[in-house]
Amino acid sequence: MVYDKGKVITGLVVFLIILLSPLWYNALSGKVEPSLKLSMPKEEKSCIEERMFMRSNHMDLLIKWRDDAVRKGIRTYKGLDGKVYRISLTGTCLSCHIDKAGFCDRCHGYSGVKTPKCWDCHNIPKEEGSKV
Amino acid sequence: MPVLYASLLTLFLILIPGIGIGLFNMKALFGIVVLYGAFLIFISGVIYRVIIWAKSPVPFSIPTVCGQAKSLPWIRQNKIESPHTSWGVIKRMLLEVLFFRSLLRNEKGRLKTGGRLLFYRNLLLWFGGVLFHWSLFIIIIRHLRLFLEPVPSFVEFIYGLDGLFELFTPPLLITDLLILLGIIYLFFRRLFDPQTRYISISTDYFPLMLIFAIVITGLLIRHVQKVDIMGIKAFLIGLFSFNPSLPKESNTIFYIHLFLVATLLSYLPFSKLIHMAGVFFSPTRNLKNSSRMERHINPWDYPVLVHTYEEWEDEFRAAMKDVGLPVEKEN
Ligand code: HEC
Ligand code: HEC
Ligand code: HEC
Repeated sequence: MVYDKGKVITGLVVFLIILLSPLWYNALSGKVEPSLKLSMPKEEKSCIEERMFMRSNHMDLLIKWRDDAVRKGIRTYKGLDGKVYRISLTGTCLSCHIDKAGFCDRCHGYSGVKTPKCWDCHNIPKEEGSKV
Repeated sequence: MPVLYASLLTLFLILIPGIGIGLFNMKALFGIVVLYGAFLIFISGVIYRVIIWAKSPVPFSIPTVCGQAKSLPWIRQNKIESPHTSWGVIKRMLLEVLFFRSLLRNEKGRLKTGGRLLFYRNLLLWFGGVLFHWSLFIIIIRHLRLFLEPVPSFVEFIYGLDGLFELFTPPLLITDLLILLGIIYLFFRRLFDPQTRYISISTDYFPLMLIFAIVITGLLIRHVQKVDIMGIKAFLIGLFSFNPSLPKESNTIFYIHLFLVATLLSYLPFSKLIHMAGVFFSPTRNLKNSSRMERHINPWDYPVLVHTYEEWEDEFRAAMKDVGLPVEKEN
């Protein structure tokens, strides 16, 4: 015999609803894409470093770039296959990844990363009122 | 010795996926089978334990209160400590579950020179417990960003708040540090407090070490050997829509992190950690202190054949009178 059946079952149901939230939340929202489509550059074939490295470490690269440029005065970076890039967030990254909203922001939103504050100062091409 | 056993076990658990992924690349096993298995064990284990508790009769009204019960109108009742209504019990329970109120009463006696025994309030245990549990809770909420699409705004908010310091990229999360602090305190309390140490066995140390290892591997894949968050989220969402695909991630530490979490999940229902559900089933906390207002019937009661003294005297009255024993009724 189970005592306080009502309360126990309510408790278990609440537990399961919370535990299985990814299941019903994603099904209800219907926003899950089988494979996330980022808007990728069309002409270019490779990024500054390898693709998987860029995915997980691009923030480190950007910070290194910033430190190089602002603190050490180094304005070039040798990337994959010895190709030399001019160090610039707006001028280099966004020259290939033209669609910032569909690329950077889309992935950051999906990953739940707080949109980096960089754009408070740095320029987004084709936008007015830029500062740096 | 218990510490040694616990650390060997933790080390062993780290080595399993370390070798399995590092040497043999068994992603299907560690990325899919183990996780589904752990999740199933977790759910069914919790339900099993809860049903066992729900089946146990609680024959007596045994709340452990330490405050004035409801009594005469002019005696002030301690409503939080000694509730006599269901609503009062809910309040007391919530305060306990959310803020560990009973730990505030943690007092320690110490013998002073001159043989005076003084009692000190020791809030450290309460503080360590709050640090640990609340950090764990916030960390779990934060992880929802890897499971839910679109990311709910409260998860984003908590994630932002947690990274408020904006130290390093990606930002160091405050709760990661706080939980480490909590674990380290709880661990060394067991080691250095003689009484606690005496009653601590390996299953007291093991959960702490396991969670410690989970936090460390988590920090490593966030700050040192970074992983591809987008790929991991796609993989986790795949798992939860019963459409699993092999994770692309090749970072061994990530699999160790997963495997330790899977261990924790499957270990939880069968260990002391089930206090997560058990606290709600503690009769010392979930009962109202109403033993003077209501009759509590023991569910195990069955009709007992009784033979009262009156009946006994009726039976033997003649014989008792013969030998001169006193009787209560003369006939
Ligand atoms: C407070 C305004 C501000 C913010 C916020 C800011 N930067 Fe900068 N950044 C600057 C300035 C000013 C320079 C110097 C530009 C120069 O010397 O050409 C610079 C230079 C850089 C450079 C090298 C030069 C260039 O043109 O790109 C990089 C890379 C960079 N920042 C990255 C970042 C990143 C990544 C973030 C976000 C995490 C960020 N910055 C946020 C103001 C800012
Ligand atoms: C020369 C053009 C070019 C430049 C400059 C460039 N990228 Fe890329 N980027 C690419 C291409 C092309 C890919 C796809 C790589 C592939 O398919 O292997 C890519 C991929 C990426 C990815 C991985 C996306 C994914 O879904 O796999 C990230 C993240 C990224 N870039 C960030 C950056 C950042 C940050 C910068 C500036 C520091 C930058 N890129 C500069 C062309 C560029
Ligand atoms: C493939 C997904 C992806 C793409 C595309 C991407 N990012 Fe990121 N980015 C991330 C993740 C994931 C993090 C942070 C990891 C975390 O917080 O867990 C991050 C973090 C950052 C950070 C550090 C944020 C912080 O708060 O410290 C910067 C700066 C950044 N990204 C810039 C960019 C820029 C600029 C682009 C576009 C050129 C870009 N990213 C494209 C996934 C991506």
